[in-house]
Amino acid sequence: MAVQQRPELVCPAGTPAALKSAVDAGADCVYVGFRDETNARNFPGLNFSRKDLAEGIAYAHSKGAKVLVAINTFPRAGFPEIWHQAVDDAARLGADAVILADIGLIAYAAETHPDLRLHLSVQAAASNPESIRFYAERFGVSRVVLPRVLTVHEIAALNPKIRPVETEVFVFGGLCVMAEGRCALSSYATGQSPNMNGVCSPAGQVRYVETGGSVKSKLAGFTINEFGAGEPAGYPTLCKGRFTANGKTSYLFEEPTSLNTLTMLPDLIKAGVTAFKIEGRQRGRAYVAAVVQAFRAGIDAALAGRPIPDIDLDRITEGGRQTTGAYERAWR
Amino acid sequence: MTVSSLSQPRLTLGPVLFNWRPETLRDFYFRIADEADVDTVCVGEVVCSKRSPFFIPHLPEVIARLAAAGKEVVLSSLALIMTERELTEARELTGAEGWLVEANDVSVAAMMGGKPFAVGPLVNVYNEGTLAYLESMGAIRTCLPAELPAAIIGQLAKSAKSEIEIQAFGRLPLAVSARCYHARSRNLAKDGCQFVCADDPDGMAVDTLDDEAFLAVNGTQTMSYHYLDLLAELADLRALGVRRFRLWPQNVDMVAVAGLFRAAMTGAMDSAAAARRLTELCPRAEFANGYVHGREGHLFVETDS
Repeated sequence: MAVQQRPELVCPAGTPAALKSAVDAGADCVYVGFRDETNARNFPGLNFSRKDLAEGIAYAHSKGAKVLVAINTFPRAGFPEIWHQAVDDAARLGADAVILADIGLIAYAAETHPDLRLHLSVQAAASNPESIRFYAERFGVSRVVLPRVLTVHEIAALNPKIRPVETEVFVFGGLCVMAEGRCALSSYATGQSPNMNGVCSPAGQVRYVETGGSVKSKLAGFTINEFGAGEPAGYPTLCKGRFTANGKTSYLFEEPTSLNTLTMLPDLIKAGVTAFKIEGRQRGRAYVAAVVQAFRAGIDAALAGRPIPDIDLDRITEGGRQTTGAYERAWR
Repeated sequence: MTVSSLSQPRLTLGPVLFNWRPETLRDFYFRIADEADVDTVCVGEVVCSKRSPFFIPHLPEVIARLAAAGKEVVLSSLALIMTERELTEARELTGAEGWLVEANDVSVAAMMGGKPFAVGPLVNVYNEGTLAYLESMGAIRTCLPAELPAAIIGQLAKSAKSEIEIQAFGRLPLAVSARCYHARSRNLAKDGCQFVCADDPDGMAVDTLDDEAFLAVNGTQTMSYHYLDLLAELADLRALGVRRFRLWPQNVDMVAVAGLFRAAMTGAMDSAAAARRLTELCPRAEFANGYVHGREGHLFVETDS
């Protein structure tokens, strides 16, 4: 049996304060983005200036942690310079890796910065060994963040086929139900998409409308959900709303729920996964600290062969509901 | 001006994305072969690998009939490839001699081994860098993703060595998933789906809680409720360097739809008359063209032409 490596815990930081919280709570890696459309969490008030990144890298490195820079939207034709500059700056400032999705941008990074470590973003949706080998063999990609479409069983079968390429999987947070980077629902409704603008179901187009004792949550004018009096009105993420098909109203795509795989950590470690990723660069320091501590404890327990601690993360999950998502076949 | 830029744009009939009964699908392609004024016809299952075994027995006769009728036949690959069986099928596809393959996943482009291929609209081509890389691998034709505005299409067409194709008619493929929403809507798991997607040959309409038509579900695929209609934009897109337009098969008279697009392209019919005729051919449809105008995909932007 192969020696089990200690998996890395990869944590989100939307602000320098969150970066410090994540590192202090036990993150092995922190991933961040620049304050523009080059990353998939292009939200107002979020993300890092070049100076913030330099300081964040210095802080993380002083505590033995790494910083990964997500440049994972798809460059706009005619204006690739913004994305090229982001890669150049991440390399210049000493980022431990960049997380990229676009083939053209990956080719640029590999050619311009041969020593820069490349991770493939979940937005590239590399769902099989041939895709992964394509990015590894042609561009030297070291690690692939797997799309949230594979079961634990499939991940275990995949890893031996792609070694030495490492895999990283999401273990907690907001859950895409579509193959990431292959979804245009947001731009269809709102004109803004994850791939082109780094946003999904953008807050600027969200309205809560009271009508006769209930509250409708709307996105760009489309009603995404409706809540009774006193019921907390959730954020209208497009794929987690209630819709009607064939006369039946339901959460057709997915309930408002968060991914939580704390109890599956031993299986994911056994499946040969190198790194566990927590979603939520848009979340605050308290979220980051609580989730990082829980997963740090979980990973350490799993590696020591102890039972996974029963840590309640209800209060910070979407709608208080949790799922193991695509990792279990029945989800499909 | 080069000769090719003066030539008429071509028409592609995209692969049927829905789960039509094998005999229905065969007869559809026979009629397309015999009657439809399209240059190219794509065949192959793009959405769900569980569907593909049923049509395979009919595939040779369909391809032969299309080819005999002078149509270029393109074999379209699956979009989301996860299992060994799906990989094996993709390898068989890329090994097929004599037919152009349309890669709808990066893995399929990689498997082509340098042979010429077409890039499908479900591969993310948003910029010149990616387009040039795929062309260096052998891409000779690239159908661009749905959400691109005309300005980006123009940039890509300007830098392209491959032939640029734009989706021009039908429900837009918006997302793919490992989860089957058709099965989920009937409280079934994907493994025991009973192929309920076949009940909706034009997709399952998805309305908001206000009964507003919004999306359509086709198994694991989510589509627009509205049909794309770029009849009024054909001339402008041609001027930007678009050389080919794609019609997505819907459960309507596609021979007539193809004829209409051809007539609009050649100028035999003005685009307003063609648009009126399209609403007659698709009586239940609502239309959208927002993306190409840089707007929300579901909008229909009126043009002055």
